[in-house]
Amino acid sequence: MQDKAPEIVPAVSLHNLTKSYGHGKPVLKGIDLEIWPGEFFTLLGPSGSGKTTTLRLIGGFEFPDAGEISLCGEDVSRLPPYRRDVNTMFQDYALFPHMSLRDNVAYGIKIRRVPEPKRRERATQALEMVHLEGVADRRPSQLSGGQRQRVALARALVNEPSLILLDEPLGALDLKLRREMQVELKRIQKQTGITFVYVTHDQEEALSMSDRIAVFSEGRLEQVGTPQELYEHPASTFVACFIGSSNILTEAGQDILLRPEDVRVEAQGYVPSPDEAVMPGTVTEIAYLGPVTRCRVRGASEDDSILAILPSRLARGLREGEPVAAVWFRAAAYRLPASAA
Amino acid sequence: MNGSLRNIAVWTAALAVLAFLLLPLCVVLIYAFDAASVQVWPIRGLSLKWFVSTWADEEVRSALLISVEVAGLATLLASVLGTLAALGMNGLSSRIVQAGSFFLTLPIAMPGVLTGIAMNSFFTTCGLPFNLVTLVIAHTTFCTVVVYSNVMARLRRLSPTLLEAAQDMGATPFQGFLTVTLPLLGGAIMSGMLLAFALSFDEVIVSTFTAGSETTLPLWIFGAIRLGQHMPEVNVVVFAVMAVTLVPVVMGQKLAASASRE
Repeated sequence: MQDKAPEIVPAVSLHNLTKSYGHGKPVLKGIDLEIWPGEFFTLLGPSGSGKTTTLRLIGGFEFPDAGEISLCGEDVSRLPPYRRDVNTMFQDYALFPHMSLRDNVAYGIKIRRVPEPKRRERATQALEMVHLEGVADRRPSQLSGGQRQRVALARALVNEPSLILLDEPLGALDLKLRREMQVELKRIQKQTGITFVYVTHDQEEALSMSDRIAVFSEGRLEQVGTPQELYEHPASTFVACFIGSSNILTEAGQDILLRPEDVRVEAQGYVPSPDEAVMPGTVTEIAYLGPVTRCRVRGASEDDSILAILPSRLARGLREGEPVAAVWFRAAAYRLPASAA
Repeated sequence: MNGSLRNIAVWTAALAVLAFLLLPLCVVLIYAFDAASVQVWPIRGLSLKWFVSTWADEEVRSALLISVEVAGLATLLASVLGTLAALGMNGLSSRIVQAGSFFLTLPIAMPGVLTGIAMNSFFTTCGLPFNLVTLVIAHTTFCTVVVYSNVMARLRRLSPTLLEAAQDMGATPFQGFLTVTLPLLGGAIMSGMLLAFALSFDEVIVSTFTAGSETTLPLWIFGAIRLGQHMPEVNVVVFAVMAVTLVPVVMGQKLAASASRE
C-alpha cells in the first residue's frame, strides 16, 4: 500500500494498539491497521474479539494502554472525543430524549456555534438525506426503531466529519429493514465520500457492504482484505470458517478449504475425470432453502463429512440415506496457510 | 365463591381500609368548618369564621412564615446537595454506592427522636444557638435524602452513551452536563424538591429538638393541643397543612411519572 500511493494519508492509522480492562485479560493484543479516505471499512469478528473496543479507541471513548492512533496523519491517541473529527452512530442510537429530531441533529453544529439560519438549513439537509424531513419536530420516543437509527445517522452526518464510526447499527432491526438500511448506508457513504468504519459480527453484511474488511479474533487481526480476497483466499482456518460456510479437509497435516457451493452430488459409482476428486458416501441431511438446498454427505467415517450447497433443481431427486458421491474439481480446493499458532 | 360475591367482598374490604385511613382526616376537615367553639359531634352548623380568626392570629401567621422559610431553604439546599451526591455516586462501583446510600439515608431511616437528640447535642457542643439556622440545617439532612433518592433512581435509568454522544458531537463534559444530563434530571430534581418541601413542612419531632424558641406550624399545633387551647383554630391549621403538603406530593408524583416515561 505504502509504495502504491505514498502521497495519500490514511484516514485512520492504528499502530501496535493494545488494551486491557481492569485486572482482566487483554482485549487488544497489538493492532496495526490503515484505513484509507473514502473507504467503507468493516471490523468483523465474533463477540469479544476486540472490534468494538477498537472502534471506541478510535472514537476516543477509551484510551489505549499502548500504541498510537492517528486520524488523517494527526496523533490523537490521548485526545478526548470532543477534540476528534469523528462522529459515532451508537448501537443504542443514544438520541437525546428531551429534544426534537431537528434539535438532536443540530446538536453538534450548535455546540460548534454554527449560526441559526445556517444551522437549521444543515439539519434539514441531513434529515432529508435519511428521508425524515417530514417529522423533524417529533421526539425520539415517537419514532420506530428504524427511524431512530436514521436520525442517529443524520446526527453524525450533519457535522461533516472525516470519519463516521458505526457500532453494529443494524443489530436491533428486523431482517427486511436491515437489508433496506444496508443499501441506504452504502448509498449515503458513496454520496458523501465520508470514510465509514463499521463494526458487525454478521459476515454476510460485511461482505455485501464493505470495500475492505478486517477480521478480528481474540484481540488480534486475522486478515485484512477485500471481501473477495477474504472469501477466496482466507489467510487462516479461522477466517475460512468465519466467512461463509466451509468444509475443512485435512491432507498431510494441512488444512484445505472446500466451499460447499463447489461440491456436486452425483450418483453412486460416478467415474471422475482426472481433474476431479470424489468422496463416496451417504446423504445424511437435506435442508431445502428455496433457491438452494443444503446436502450433507457422510463418507466412510464419522469425520469424513462434506457439505454441499446445490441449486435446488439439481437436488430434487436426493433422499436421506441414499448412497451418492460428493464430487469437486481439485482446483476448487484451497490450501490454507499453516496457522501461526 | 361466585364472581360477583367475591367482587363485593373485595370492595367492602377496600372501602373499610380506606375509611380506616381517611375517616379521621375527614373528621378534622369537617370540624374546621364548625360554627361552634367546642368540638361536639354532630357539628352545629357550617361556618368560615374560624378561618378568618385563624388568619388574623399573629402566632399562627408567624408560625406559618417560619415553616415556609424553613421548608423553602432546606429544600433549596437539599436540591443542590442531593443532586451533587447522586451525580458523585453515579459511576462508582456498586458497593461504594450501597455504602454511601446507606449513610445518606440514615437521617430518614432512623427514628426521628434519635436524629433530633443527636442534632440537639451536636449543636450544643458546637455552641450554636437554636434558631432558624439550626432548624434549616436539621431539616436539610432528611430533605437531601429525598432529592438524592429521586435523582439517583433517574440516573440509573439514564443511558451512559447519551453523554458519550454529546462528547462525540463536540461537547465538553461540562457542556454535555448542562445540555443533556441536567435537562434529563430536571423532572427528578423537581419532584424530589416537592416531596422534600412537604416532608419539612409537617415535621414535628426533629423540629422539637432543634427549634429553640422558634415555632413552626406543626409545633404550634402540638403546643395548642397539649394546652387544649385554640382547638377550632387547630382544625383550620391542620386543614391548611394538609392542603399545602398534599399539593406538592401529588405534583411530585406526577412529575416523577412523566420523567420516567421519557
